[in-house]
Amino acid sequence: MLRRTLAVAVKELLQLRRDPRTAFTLFGMPIALLLLYGYALSFDVQHIRLAVVDQDGSRAARDLADSFLQSGYFDLVSHGGDPRVLDRLFDTGKAQAALVIPAKYGSELAARRPSTLQFVLDGSDSQTATTILGYARQIVGSVTPVVRTGTGNAAVVQAPLVWYNPDLSSARFLVPGLLAFILMVTSVIATALAVVREKERGTMESLRATPLVAIELLVGKTLPYLLLGSAATAGTLVTARLLFDVRVRGSLLWLAAVSLVFLAVSLGWGILVSTIAETQQVAFQLGLLSSMLPTFILSGFIFPISSMPRGLQLITHLFPARYYLTALREIILKGAGPEVWWNQAVGLVVYGVAVLALATVRTVRSL
Amino acid sequence: MRTLLNILKKELLQLKRDPKILPILFIAPAIQLTLLGYAATTDIRRVELAVCDLDRTAASRELVDRFTSSTYFTLTATVDSQEMFTPLLQSGRARVALTIPEGFAAERAAGRPGRVQLVADGADAMSGTIGLGYAAAVLGDASSAAGISPLVDLRPAVLYNPDLVSRNFMIPGILGLIIMIMTTMLTAMAIVRESELGTMEQLLVTPLTPSQLIVGKLIPYALVGFVEVFTVLPVALFWFDVPLRGSLVTLLLLTLPYMLCTLGLGLLISTLARTQQQAMMLSAFVFIMPQMLLSGFAFPIQNMPGIFRVFTYLVPLRYYLIILRGVFLKGVGLAVLWPEVLSLVALGLAILVLARIRFRRQLA
Repeated sequence: MLRRTLAVAVKELLQLRRDPRTAFTLFGMPIALLLLYGYALSFDVQHIRLAVVDQDGSRAARDLADSFLQSGYFDLVSHGGDPRVLDRLFDTGKAQAALVIPAKYGSELAARRPSTLQFVLDGSDSQTATTILGYARQIVGSVTPVVRTGTGNAAVVQAPLVWYNPDLSSARFLVPGLLAFILMVTSVIATALAVVREKERGTMESLRATPLVAIELLVGKTLPYLLLGSAATAGTLVTARLLFDVRVRGSLLWLAAVSLVFLAVSLGWGILVSTIAETQQVAFQLGLLSSMLPTFILSGFIFPISSMPRGLQLITHLFPARYYLTALREIILKGAGPEVWWNQAVGLVVYGVAVLALATVRTVRSL
Repeated sequence: MRTLLNILKKELLQLKRDPKILPILFIAPAIQLTLLGYAATTDIRRVELAVCDLDRTAASRELVDRFTSSTYFTLTATVDSQEMFTPLLQSGRARVALTIPEGFAAERAAGRPGRVQLVADGADAMSGTIGLGYAAAVLGDASSAAGISPLVDLRPAVLYNPDLVSRNFMIPGILGLIIMIMTTMLTAMAIVRESELGTMEQLLVTPLTPSQLIVGKLIPYALVGFVEVFTVLPVALFWFDVPLRGSLVTLLLLTLPYMLCTLGLGLLISTLARTQQQAMMLSAFVFIMPQMLLSGFAFPIQNMPGIFRVFTYLVPLRYYLIILRGVFLKGVGLAVLWPEVLSLVALGLAILVLARIRFRRQLA
């Protein structure tokens, strides 16, 4: 039994070697994505294009504008006294934010009378706009004095602390998600295509004429992709550590165990797709639609699940990447042990057993 | 002209006869739009909050109320000691943890600032950072309610999207994405299919010139692109209530130069791939995914480092996103958007010329 299974695996590996384009896509994509996410993509807003309209011209107004520029977040794109230029600047996207300092700002401040600054924002990208407004409030709050108008209690001040990712680096936050994404997409699509290819070319018939039983065929076909997936995982983790200083805080052994379960789920999913699809084209589309799209948008990879509508939150439970991603973030970033993420692991195992059973039943029937 | 019409007719007939094409054309985009429209939200709400109130006074309870009565936070746990935060933050049951130390009310009554401790979960960078921002706003309100207010008030005026709904930003982008996926992938596969089936040879012995052949192959897929626009647009406008402030005609007109690029890319891919499977992998992983990530669709271009920012100028979707968001949200027209249109035309022509050269070489 073992020999026959291994023979199928060796045949599959040989075929993979002879198709360099597919092999390159499967190996190259994870690395390319990691580099892209690590270096290029982030939500940390910088280089905000700021227009300053200074209707006052006093020393205090200049100081205020300077403190915006010195914060490191803002790039000055226009400076003047006429607010009518703003329309054009915002319409063309040359400015994202504008600080309007009213006339008499300096004298009001010197007399300790309250004054109002206007801060105009391009709200199209709501998230960036929210962040920019936060920066602006922080800057204004830190350079201008407070007054006590009532006789009530003293102010409330806070000492914020960020755990797990103190510098709030996007790379660190995205790596676990990327790992899930890569494993899911490569293993589902590669497995589905590998099985359907035999069907399409008619070589499945030849395989059936051999003494192989269904289980041996399935295990043999998926074994190379299990190895490939494990290699891709290890490669991604090493690259993330070397280039982006993402350290695994928890136990590597647990990480490997959870990843193996997830790989089994993805491979099972791939086989399931292969039992539905008759052509590689359909297999590819089904695989892509059922693995890539949900892993990208419904797993919490980029968009937080807690902000989704309730119905959609329930739907996210249907996709295995959600469990894996949660467990990964807890192991890699938080160093948590199984007592914290056991429910995610149970979810994955239940999922894996169900998918593999269904895939085996369907394959046996179709053979 | 007659020959061109003939090949157009053949292509449309073929499209009609493919039983799998209808679901791909109409159902897939509708599902993508609905899913993305609901899921792709960056409006962080209901940040999970854990509270440890060691003061247990009326003032500390009032502060906790301020947090829980805002729509920004949901209280998920109340604990008696800070040590109990660790498992909550590790498991993600809390993203922000608030500690009110003993003596909080007494300090404030004595005129000294009352200190609270906030811990944010940085592993989910988005919820964590934004949660801290919300908390700062709640604390600021608490201070000003007590009569402490800043001398200088910053009054924000938000243009184009006053309620800061992320959907208004994402959905026009999804339209651009769907047009690209559909036109690029279908064009590439249609042409590769002819080579794979060997019918390309037959087309070559007809009196058609290669350019006529290309144009005849591309026009049906340009029509497909417009079908997508008209499928997606009603969902965006009437279901998701995205405002269309500019004119519909401008939008459709400015979609043409974009499709020049996406169709050209499809043609280019078809000269690079030998099988339909390769065509699909190439379009999905090498062309569509990087474009999506580098276009400013979800990740702002201004946050990217220099090298990558230069690279984004080669991405057609980048320009079309500016056009889409300009027409939808800002209500601007050609007077403002002409640089983007020019860039798209130039990029489209360059892609087509490159594809045309490779196409001829492949035929020879």
